[in-house]
Parts: sequence; C-alpha cells; structure tokens
Amino acid sequence: MSVDPGNLLEVRGLKVSFDTPDGEVTAVNGVDFQVRAGETLAIVGESGSGKSQLVLAIMGLLAENGSASGSAKFQGQELMGMTQKELNQVRGKDLAMIFQDPMTSLNPFLTIERQMTEVAMHHRKMSRREARAHAVEMLRAVRIPDPEERIRQYPHEFSGGMRQRVMIAMGLLCEPDLLIADEPSTALDVTVQAQITRLLGELRQKSQMAIILITHDLAVVADVCDRIIVMYAGQVVECGTVDDIFYDPRHPYTRGLLASVPRLDRAGDGELHAIRGNPPNLQALPAGCAFRDRCDDAQAICTETPPLWRDAAGRCNRCIQGLPGGEIVDSTLHTRSVAAADALVGTGATDMETAP
Amino acid sequence: MTDPVLRVQDLTLHYHSDGGNLWQRRKRVLRAVDGVSFDLAAGETLGIVGESGSGKSTLARAILGLAKPQRGRVLWMGEDLTRLGHEELRLKRKEIQIVFQDPVASLNPRMTAGAIIGEPLSTFYPHMEQLQIEERTRGMMKMVGLLPNQINRYPHEFSGGQCQRIGIARSLVLNPKLLICDEPVSALDVSIQAQIINLLRDLQKKLGLALIFIAHDLSVVKHISDRVMVMYMGRSMELGQKQALYSRPLHPYTSALMKSVPVPDPKLAHKLRQDLWLKGDMPSPFQPPKGCIFHTRCPFAVNRCQADVPAMRRLGQGDWVACHRAEELDLSIGLPAL
Repeated sequence: MSVDPGNLLEVRGLKVSFDTPDGEVTAVNGVDFQVRAGETLAIVGESGSGKSQLVLAIMGLLAENGSASGSAKFQGQELMGMTQKELNQVRGKDLAMIFQDPMTSLNPFLTIERQMTEVAMHHRKMSRREARAHAVEMLRAVRIPDPEERIRQYPHEFSGGMRQRVMIAMGLLCEPDLLIADEPSTALDVTVQAQITRLLGELRQKSQMAIILITHDLAVVADVCDRIIVMYAGQVVECGTVDDIFYDPRHPYTRGLLASVPRLDRAGDGELHAIRGNPPNLQALPAGCAFRDRCDDAQAICTETPPLWRDAAGRCNRCIQGLPGGEIVDSTLHTRSVAAADALVGTGATDMETAP
Repeated sequence: MTDPVLRVQDLTLHYHSDGGNLWQRRKRVLRAVDGVSFDLAAGETLGIVGESGSGKSTLARAILGLAKPQRGRVLWMGEDLTRLGHEELRLKRKEIQIVFQDPVASLNPRMTAGAIIGEPLSTFYPHMEQLQIEERTRGMMKMVGLLPNQINRYPHEFSGGQCQRIGIARSLVLNPKLLICDEPVSALDVSIQAQIINLLRDLQKKLGLALIFIAHDLSVVKHISDRVMVMYMGRSMELGQKQALYSRPLHPYTSALMKSVPVPDPKLAHKLRQDLWLKGDMPSPFQPPKGCIFHTRCPFAVNRCQADVPAMRRLGQGDWVACHRAEELDLSIGLPAL
C-alpha cells in the first residue's frame, strides 16, 4: 500500500477490544482515516462510540485489558506494536495529546513550571533556563496573563479555563506536528468553551500543526475544523468536509445529532428533536445497521450490514438507504462497483472497506 | 400572572473562610448569593443561567433549606422557609424536590432503581404498604420513560440518560409542587440532553409543576423556560420573559452568554466567535470588583460603572436588569427572532 506523502497520520482497519468480565467488547471496529499535514479533523460521537479509545490506541495509552490491531502510521512510521520506549520518542514531541479534564491531567503537587519544563528538557534537550523561557512563551501564546508570574503557581491556583490553556500550552511545547485534543472544552462553561475553541481556531490558522478534535457536540467544532468523521458503535458512519456534514448531512445519525443541538438561532421553542433510545451497548448491538433501533428512517433492508461508501470527493456514508447508484470510488483504497459491493452486503463483511 | 407559589426576596448567602493560611488569618467573605429576588408562579418555569461560581447552585440549595442564608426570605406559599426548624423544613420537602447534575454520582450504587425511586415514599409515609410503594414506583418509571421491569436493576446497568430518568422519577414520586433541576443535562451527551429536556417539559405540563431549571448554557434553557434569570458572581443581572430576553438582551453579560453558545452552523459560528468580546475569567470572588460587578469584563463600562452598584430595576413594563446603561445599549446579536 502506498503512503500518500501528504498524510501525516494514516489509520487502517483499526480495532480496539477490551477483555471484560462479561466477555470481549469491541470498542472500535475497523476504522480508517487519515490526517493531512496542517489539517484539523473532528471525530464526533456519543459515549460508547469508540472515539476516545480510537485515539488512545493510536497513542499507545489503552487500559491494560485493552488490545488494538490494525495499522496507524504516523509520518510513515508504524505506531502499532511499538514499545513504550519507542513511543516515548514520538509522544509529547511530534505527537501530543490533551485530555478532557485539565484538573486530573496535571500533577497537583508540582508547579506549572516543573511540569512544563520537564517535557522540553526531555525531548528538546534544553537546559532548565531555556526550557523555562520557552514554557513562558507558550503560556503567552495561549493567552495566559502574566505568564512569568503564573508559571510558578500550582494547578489549583488556576481556573478551569486557565488549566485547559496550560494543558494546550504543554501540548504545544515541542511544536508537535499533530495535536490530539479529547473533548478539550467539555468540562468548561460555555463562555470559556468559546474562548478555548477560538484559541484552537487561531492556533490552527497560525501554525502548520494538524489537530484532531474529539467531541460529542457537533456544534462545538462548527467553525474550527476542516473535515469531520462521525462515529457510532465503534465504526465510522459518515465523513466529509465541515460544510458537507453541517449543510448536507446524509446519515440519519448525523442528522439526529445536528437536530438535537438546542439552538438560539432558530425560531420556535417547541420540542427538541431527540435521538431515541440510549447510546449503543456494544455487547448488544442489533444485527445489520448498529443504529437501526434508534433510527427514524429504519426499513427492512437495514437488517443487512451496511458497507461504508466513499465517493470521489472523499465523502463517506454507512447508510444502506443512502447508497448512491453507479460506480463508487473508495478513494483511499481501490475502486469497487456497486454490483461487487452488493454481493458483499448481507454476508456480514462489516469490514469490507478496510480489506486491502 | 397568578399568585406566585415561590417568592424569593433579597436572598443573600455569604460563606466565610479563614483564608486557609495559618500565619495570616484574616476573615474572607465569599458572596455566593447577593440580594437575589424573583417570583415563580404555579406551573411556571424559570431558567437560571450563569457560569460556574455565579451562585446558581447555592441559590437552589438556599431555597431547599440546605444552606442557611444570612438575609432575605424564601416564601413558599406565603410561609418563610428560612425561619422553619429542621423537622418542619423536612416536611416541606414533600413539596419541593431537586434533581442533581451528575446522574450517576447522585444515585446510591448499592440500591436498585426501584429502591432509589421508592425511598422517599417509605421515608415520608412509613406506614405505606410495600406493595403500594412498588406499584407507585413502577408507575413513576413508566412516566419517565423507563421500563417497569428494570425495577430490580442497579444504577451501573443504566446509561447516563437513564440514570437521570431515575433521579427525576425519585424527585417526583412524592408529587411535589416545585422541582428544582440543577444542571440536569450538562453531564449528558447532546443527543440524550434533548430527551431529558423534552421529558421535563412534558412532565411539567402534565403535573402542573413549577420548575426552576439551572444551566450554564442559554440555549439549553430556551426550550423549557417561560422566564430566564441570568446570574453573575452571586447577583442577578437580568430577569425577563424568554421572548424578550433572547431577542433583545438588556445586559451586556446576557449578550456575551448568547454569543458563546456553540451553533451547529459553521458560517454563523464564525461570525459569533468574531463578535465575542468577553475575555478573561471571572474575578476572584473574594475580591469582587467595586461598582458593577461585571465592569472589569464589560466593553461598555463607563466611569459610573466602576463607582455605583447598579440596582435591579424594571425597564418600563418589561424586564428587570441591573445595568446603568440598559436604555442606551443595543445588544441584540442579530439572530433570527424567536
């Protein structure tokens, strides 16, 4: 398989499963995507969609009972199967991650300075003094007032929004090529959320860094990403550009997610559209389309396993009712005709789009 | 408007802290709720919106008698709850109930859903037959959209949204007249938030409840409230009819909150983000700004705002606002009218 030189991260057929007392649970079930240099990609889905486990697997941070298979190539280098030592050469340096809860991700016993200089000294072999100056500069870049003063403080002396800025500054220390942000603003107030989103938007414009933003709320990423992947029950159900997803959503789940956002900019104050039922129980998924039992448009045909279709423009959709006619180009892999795919539908080939 | 069932007058609740420093003991005062007043009619829904630290949860606790205010009154059907003794107050909780933010943490993991929902019945009606309690519990489960045959399941067997339904069923099992929902949806997925908001709306209509719905997001309360109150650092900044407040906010802070709401429309979101002038964090609550408490973050602040505390006043026949410049500012944010 040839590697597109423009792709910073190429993920192929990624599966994550967990060994639990109730048996094996597949959290991510064959996901493909790529991130190009400088691009911002949002991965959207509910709890249990596998969005966080997907990136944790890429980062080599799965819980002990978790295992991942498939391929994740970062700058052409295979991350799957790397030892912790090898991963540590990449993580924090070219590939950085910030987590949802800024309080639990910072060490409460160490000053911000200690936590920030450690990274720069380790990866960039800076002296303490250089590392400190660099850390102050990063804090300034994320708009923390009086960075020289504040760097000496402990995490509890910062507000939630400021802590998340510190986390972002830490992620930026080694000027990574790819920053993964897992729900960076979910635990914050809307006002602070707006500030953090704006900050990410500015970073995206100013730097060459690629960003993966993970969220359960489509609205949060509306003006800060280039492309969007929507996940449900461990699989990609739709992907496309930001305009595709917001102005022309095709999968019923994406449409449901969009419609359930309470809006200030729409007239009327009636019933909100809600997606029926509960986030998927991965151990009791319906046969065929995993979203079938919550879908308002479900038909008899939905008991067949839907393939993931990708058109020439790179849009993809996993709704069997949305299958366009004619030839479909699976742009990342190979060309396949509808007839060939039809033969596969119903054979239980859930991962057909990942087969080489 | 019919006579209010709840009348909160000049409610003030300060927390005192000794500063935490052993060598420099000085008393510090945190004004969690500072002179808040509002009325609530039977069957009416009031949305209370503000950032963390705005005092909205403390206000809820004070109404329930879970925190003792220093000043002000909480008149429930004409009776001042702040003057009641422990036992009298406990009995009032048959009429006033609360739903908490974190649906999973607020349920006892060792109790079944049925036991959680039925517990208030056995507490308040010790002579009630077990069979009767179970029957009522099943009825409640059905009403909030749970399956009655899930009665013997434990909280961990339910999703977050279902746990919140259990919390709602428990709070309604005594047939209260007032339900206070403290951020009931902020811990839930967006798709599930809508279910819970719709459920609360339906129940409110069906049962004729008075409802206080607390959130940090103006868009969430829009779908459920008749009136909305915006709080900042313990004070009420604006209180108005929903229609008016959303189409023409009177307080700069209200309009900033509106611009912060995430909008699932890239072009509009970009525009709102460009226009958002609210910067920085809330000041330390131990050293609140003098004058208008919002003036440090307000681009419209003039000298007067630094000196005088704006009183909560009514503009004409309309809404209440605590801003010196409410008449002169046009703060509509240009969204389609409601």
